[in-house]
Amino acid sequence: MEILVCVKRVPDTAENEIEVNRDGTDIERDDLVYSVNEWDNYAVEEAIQIRDKVGGSITVVTVGNEEDEEVVRREMAMGADNGILLSDDAFNGSDGKGIASVLKAAVEKGKYDLILTGAQADDGAGQVGGMLAAMLDWPYASLVNLLEVIDDKKIKVGREIAGGNQEMNEIDLPCVLSIQTGINEPRYVGIRGIRKVASLEIPVHTAAELGIAGNTVGESGARMKRLDYFVPDAGEGAEILEGSTDEIIDKLVELLKAKGGIK
Amino acid sequence: MAQQVFAYIIHKSGVADDTALEMITAAGKLNADASVTAVIAGSGAELDGVCKEVASSFSEVWKIDHETLAYINAEVIRPMLTRILPKQGIVLIPHEHFGMDLAPGLSVKLDAAYLPDAVDFEGIEDGKLKAVREEYGGQVSTHVLCDISQGAVITIRPGSFKADESKSAGGNIVDKTAEAVEGGLAGGVRRFLEIAEAEVGDVDITKSDVLVSVGRGIEEEENLEMVFDLAKAMGADVSCSRPIVDAKWLEKSRQVGTSGKTVKPKVYMALGISGSFQHLGGLKGAPFIVAVNKNVKAPIFQAADVGIVDDILDFVPELTDRINEIKG
Ligand SMILES: Cc1cc2nc3c(=O)[nH]c(=O)nc-3n(C[C@H](O)[C@H](O)[C@H](O)COP(=O)(O)OP(=O)(O)OC[C@H]3O[C@@H](n4cnc5c(N)ncnc54)[C@H](O)[C@@H]3O)c2cc1C
Ligand SMILES: Nc1ncnc2c1ncn2[C@@H]1O[C@H](COP(=O)(O)O)[C@@H](O)[C@H]1O
Repeated sequence: MEILVCVKRVPDTAENEIEVNRDGTDIERDDLVYSVNEWDNYAVEEAIQIRDKVGGSITVVTVGNEEDEEVVRREMAMGADNGILLSDDAFNGSDGKGIASVLKAAVEKGKYDLILTGAQADDGAGQVGGMLAAMLDWPYASLVNLLEVIDDKKIKVGREIAGGNQEMNEIDLPCVLSIQTGINEPRYVGIRGIRKVASLEIPVHTAAELGIAGNTVGESGARMKRLDYFVPDAGEGAEILEGSTDEIIDKLVELLKAKGGIK
Repeated sequence: MAQQVFAYIIHKSGVADDTALEMITAAGKLNADASVTAVIAGSGAELDGVCKEVASSFSEVWKIDHETLAYINAEVIRPMLTRILPKQGIVLIPHEHFGMDLAPGLSVKLDAAYLPDAVDFEGIEDGKLKAVREEYGGQVSTHVLCDISQGAVITIRPGSFKADESKSAGGNIVDKTAEAVEGGLAGGVRRFLEIAEAEVGDVDITKSDVLVSVGRGIEEEENLEMVFDLAKAMGADVSCSRPIVDAKWLEKSRQVGTSGKTVKPKVYMALGISGSFQHLGGLKGAPFIVAVNKNVKAPIFQAADVGIVDDILDFVPELTDRINEIKG
C-alpha cells in the first residue's frame, strides 16, 4: 500500500505556555519549542504499522518553509520511507483550503492508495483532510481510531463518536482519513534515529513544479484570514486561592467539606 | 445581508440535539432579521418527530427522508446537501464528530468559504464576517475575517451560543427528498457497518458525586498513584482527560469529555488539565470545580470556581496528607 501522511510543525503545547505577543499580531514565538502536531504522529505510526503488515511505502509531506523540514525528517526517523517539502512564497498566508489545494497537487504527482492526516492541528480547525478528500473526489472518514486493511480495495475504519462509542465503516480505497489520538502508541524516536536521517536530501516542490497558479493559494486565495490574537476578558474566572501551601490547603479543605467533596 | 441561512440539525433517538436552538442564536448574530431554515435528514417516523419538534423554533424546515439515512453517513448526505443548498447560502453545522465529518468537504463542494469551530460572531462588513475562534486548546483566542459573500459553511462550537427557547416560529415543513436524490445516490464508497459500544469499566464515573480528575500534567504513569491516594482520602472516584487514556494509563471508561463520558458530580477536582472544550463538554450539572494547574493562564481557570496555581506533583500529596490527618 502506498501511503501519504500529511504532517504539520506546530508549537508544542505540552512544552510551552502559549501567550499573545504585545501587540496581538502573533503568539510569543521567542523560545517556543516546536514539534510534530500530536495527531500527525499517530497518523505516521498507523502508516508504519500498515506498511509493516501489508508492504508498500510511506511518504510524509508538509506544506511549509525550510524550518518545517525538520518534522518531515523526524517522521522519517520514525520509519517513513520518503519525505517531501512543499514550499513556495506563494503558499504563505494560505487558509485551510489553500493548504488542501497544495496537497492535492502533490497527491496528483504521485500514486497513493491511502492518505492520512491528523484530526486537527494547532488552530483546532480539523479541515484539511476533509477538504483534500472532496477536492480529489475520494471518500473520507474523520476521527479514525481503528484501522484494518481488508484487501487492496477496501479497509475497515472505526470513527470515534460521542460517549466513547465507535462507528464502524467499510471504506473504498483510495481514500483520505483523519486520525484521532489513541489509535496506537506512537514509537519513540531517539537521537540515534534522528542522526541517521540528518543528511538525507528532502525534495522541495514549488508552486510552479506542482502546477499551482499563485493566486489560488496563499494570501490572495484565502477567504479566511486571522486578524489578531487576544486573551478573552477573564469574566467570572476562578477565585484563585493565595497564601502559603498550608493556608491554601486550609481554605480548600473547608470549601471541599462545605460542598460535600470530602466524605 | 440577504443571504439565506441554514442550520443542519443533528438528532438522535428522535430528539433534536441542543445545538439546534443554539444555531438560531448564532444565525441571529449573523443577521437579526434572517429567517433560518432548518435542514433535517433521516428516515421514517423518527425523522417526522424531529421535524415537528424543530418546526416550532424555525421558520422553515427542509426534510430529507430516505432509507439510506437511517444512520447518517456524511459521505451519503454531503452530495444530497450539495444539490439542495443554494450556492451562496450560509450553512451552520455543529462542530462535533458528525459535523467535522461533513463540513469541510461540503464547503469544497459548494465552493463556499469554510469557518471551523466558531465561538462567536462580531458582525459583517462588506461581505466579510468577523468571528471569534480559539487556538492551542483554548489558550488563546483570535478574531478571523471570513469572506462569506460567495457562501460559507460554518461550524459552531456546541455550547458557545445560548439556546434560543422562544419557540414562536411555527414553521413549514418542506420535503426536499426528491431534489436531494435527483440523479441517483452517491456511490456507497463508505458503508456503515455498526456501532461498537464503549466498554464498561470497573467504575461508573457517571454516577460519582465527587471526581478527582487527572490530566497530562501528571507527567508519568507512576504519579497516578498520588491521585488515587487523594481520591481515596476524599472518598472520590478517579476520572481523567483524554491524553491519559491515549497513553493507556487509565481505561477509556474514565475519560470525561465529548468523546468520553458525560459526568454530573457535585465536586470536580481537575488536576493538571488545561480545560479544552472537548473535556469541559463532558461536565454537566454545574459542579463545584477546583482546578490545580501550574499555568495561571490555563483555560480551566475560566471554568473553575476555585483555582490553585501550583505543581500538582507537590500539591496533591500535601493535600492528601492533610485530609488523612483530619480524618484521623
Ligand atoms: C474530536 C475530539 C474529541 C476530543 N474528546 C476529548 C474528550 O472527550 N476528553 C478530553 O479530555 N479531551 C478530548 N479531546 C482532546 C482535547 O482537545 C485536549 O487535547 C485534551 O483535553 C487535553 O488534555 P489535558 O488537559 O490533560 O492536557 P493538556 O492540554 O496538555 O494540559 C495539561 C495541563 O497541565 C498543566 N500542567 C503540566 N504539568 C503540570 C504540573 N506538574 N502541575 C500542574 N499542572 C501542570 C499544563 O499547564 C496544562 O494546562 C478531544 C479532541 C478532539 C479533536
Ligand atoms: N501545512 C500543512 N502541511 C501538511 N499537512 C497539513 C498542514 N496543515 C494541516 N495539515 C494536515 O491537516 C491536519 C488537520 O489540520 P487542520 O485542518 O489545520 O486542523 C493536520 O493534522 C495535518 O495532517
